[in-house]
Amino acid sequence: MSTNGSPLVEVRDLVKHFPITQGIVFQRQIGAVKAVDGVSFDVQRGETLGLVGETGCGKSTTARLLVRLLDPTSGQILFDGDDVAQRKGDALKALHREVQMIFQDPYSSLNPRKTVGSIISDPFAIHGLLKGEGERKKRVQELMDRVGLNPEHYNRYPHEFSGGQRQRIGVARAIALEPKLLVADEPVSALDVSIQAQVLNLLRELQRDMGLTLIFIAHDLSVVRHMCDRVAVMYLGKIVEVAPSDALYHFPRHPYTGALLSAVPVPTPSHGTRRQRQLLTGDVPSPANPPRACRFHTRCPKAQPICSEEEPLLEPKGTMTLAACHFPLSEAEVKMQLGDTGAGSDGSTNAKVPDGILDRS
Amino acid sequence: MSPLLEVSDLRVEFSTEDGIVHAVDGISYAAESGRTLCIVGESGSGKSVTSLTTLGLTRGRNTRVSGQIVFEGRDLLTLSNDEMRSIRGDDIAMIFQDPLSSLHPFYKVGTQLVEAIRTHQSVSKSAARGRSVELLTMVGIPDPQRRVDQFPHEFSGGMRQRVMIAMALANEPKLLIADEPTTALDVTVQAQILELLEELQDRLGTAIILITHDLGVVAEFADEIAVMYAGRIVERGTADQIFFSPQHPYTWGLLKSIPRLDTARDEELVPISGRPPSLIQRPSGCHFHPRCPYVREAHKRIDPPLAEVTGDAGHEAACLLPTELRSRIWKGLAGGETPAELRRLVVEDGQTVPVSGSPPLGPEGAS
Repeated sequence: MSTNGSPLVEVRDLVKHFPITQGIVFQRQIGAVKAVDGVSFDVQRGETLGLVGETGCGKSTTARLLVRLLDPTSGQILFDGDDVAQRKGDALKALHREVQMIFQDPYSSLNPRKTVGSIISDPFAIHGLLKGEGERKKRVQELMDRVGLNPEHYNRYPHEFSGGQRQRIGVARAIALEPKLLVADEPVSALDVSIQAQVLNLLRELQRDMGLTLIFIAHDLSVVRHMCDRVAVMYLGKIVEVAPSDALYHFPRHPYTGALLSAVPVPTPSHGTRRQRQLLTGDVPSPANPPRACRFHTRCPKAQPICSEEEPLLEPKGTMTLAACHFPLSEAEVKMQLGDTGAGSDGSTNAKVPDGILDRS
Repeated sequence: MSPLLEVSDLRVEFSTEDGIVHAVDGISYAAESGRTLCIVGESGSGKSVTSLTTLGLTRGRNTRVSGQIVFEGRDLLTLSNDEMRSIRGDDIAMIFQDPLSSLHPFYKVGTQLVEAIRTHQSVSKSAARGRSVELLTMVGIPDPQRRVDQFPHEFSGGMRQRVMIAMALANEPKLLIADEPTTALDVTVQAQILELLEELQDRLGTAIILITHDLGVVAEFADEIAVMYAGRIVERGTADQIFFSPQHPYTWGLLKSIPRLDTARDEELVPISGRPPSLIQRPSGCHFHPRCPYVREAHKRIDPPLAEVTGDAGHEAACLLPTELRSRIWKGLAGGETPAELRRLVVEDGQTVPVSGSPPLGPEGAS
């Protein structure tokens, strides 16, 4: 991970509200779904930043804003120092040479009427690169080979491929222009377990070889931990905690992060020595009408009166962690929730964690 | 005492334009009251077809079913559709994966619950409605008096799944089949639903068959585990046996290919190469051989039966490698060695076995 120099992406106070309208001819806006509501973070060059959270927390909207598939309501997205939040037309097209996206559903993100060859060569056509037919085909076949597809399948259609292979096609298309930033929105959640690992390994390999910066969005916390250097946890359109992976998984400070981690089932039989699960009650409130102040206070086990009056800021809590909470989790609480089957807050309880994992955190 | 449900040598075949799909190929298992059997496998391994067949939901002109499904002494496969209907939703209930498409969008949740109750019990509408409210309370839906008159679209994903569970439990089934009940849900909601199922099992003594691909869920929930691949059970055992001393290369593959929270972060994932086979043209010999890193020549010809692992009662695997060798390979894998490195063990071991003529059968081989 090379962190020298300025961050590749700096997001400042990014907001996306989707209007809720009423009326047929004269549409009045009667409210807004606050999908992303004031999000700020940096992405360093060459790192992998994870975005996690439950359905409806705004992680996919954030991804689409970064790739500028959506227009932000307000806020700044500095890419390589330039604000790209309001770019349009040719300037936006130029951005897409640097920023590409991998989508969740490999079935609906590929045009069924186009051959794989033409899907992967589309980026070249759009940006007017590699004009020669032969040259383009050669490059596409190189790309297919790079992501583990058989280059001879150049003329096949997406339906002839399995889910995992289709996701590889999506990856090939995304890296065709050698972008600086790749945004992967749940790239493996539609795939079978044994195929997931193939695609995850491919992404890691590509990142290493091409020096890609990766924003990796997933709801599976184990996958995110495996892939990411740093992780940002979102809840109802806000980032509630950002920390390096090891710190976040060993010592989460925000009660929401703690609850998420303690809900992940660990694939080792536990023999009744269950962790003290911190079960959240109820569902995520509607983003059209989020709770006042701290948005998590309605489900938070540690909520106090102040939580519904004053919004906590995303501030340093511990050495590397930023969390937005008035009453961050203590070490003892983390230990109780995550127990020794998961990532404990210190190594002494966990015989299964190999040496070294704690030195790095 | 015989188990509540005993499936033996079940085969389900669908004839299609492309050929015969061998969806389920001779599997046997049992479910007992108060216990949970987890069926693990990827898409197309036949795990859902198995459970649909148990409920008599795969009956059709293009389907051929053979074998036995004995539930409380009766073979469900011999029952008429009417008889099946009286069992379905009463003694055996099912929770489906996608709660939105399994609830009728046109009817209020209460109406659907009342129907489920009145189909099997002769009670008045108002009594059934009272019971519906009770059920919604039981599965933890807040404000059930009001919610019972709402439509499915007014519920969130987790709440809909709770409604499905309430409906499945309406007649206190003896057997509950849950087909990926939490796959569509967020992890926090998943934890709530699993906790709920466990609590209900404790109280009602229901037998649960849980079908899932999430090994984390399996580890926390299962008493017994059956791993399915290409329409067969390739390994079966208790949760401890499967997680701590797995005996089939496919199970190893599954266990090593998932990132997990309790190992080092940069531990390499070892994917299973290739992809699941076609169920129309299945590979010869051991169905797993094209993807197995430890394959020997003979495995391409011989089809291994599911047989008990020597020295480990109740643990069965369908693999041609000798038990002792498999234990050594798993030890290596668990210690972080790669399949490519461990292949060496298979080659070395093969040199001590006479190769010509008699293929190297394991102790539980097909002789």
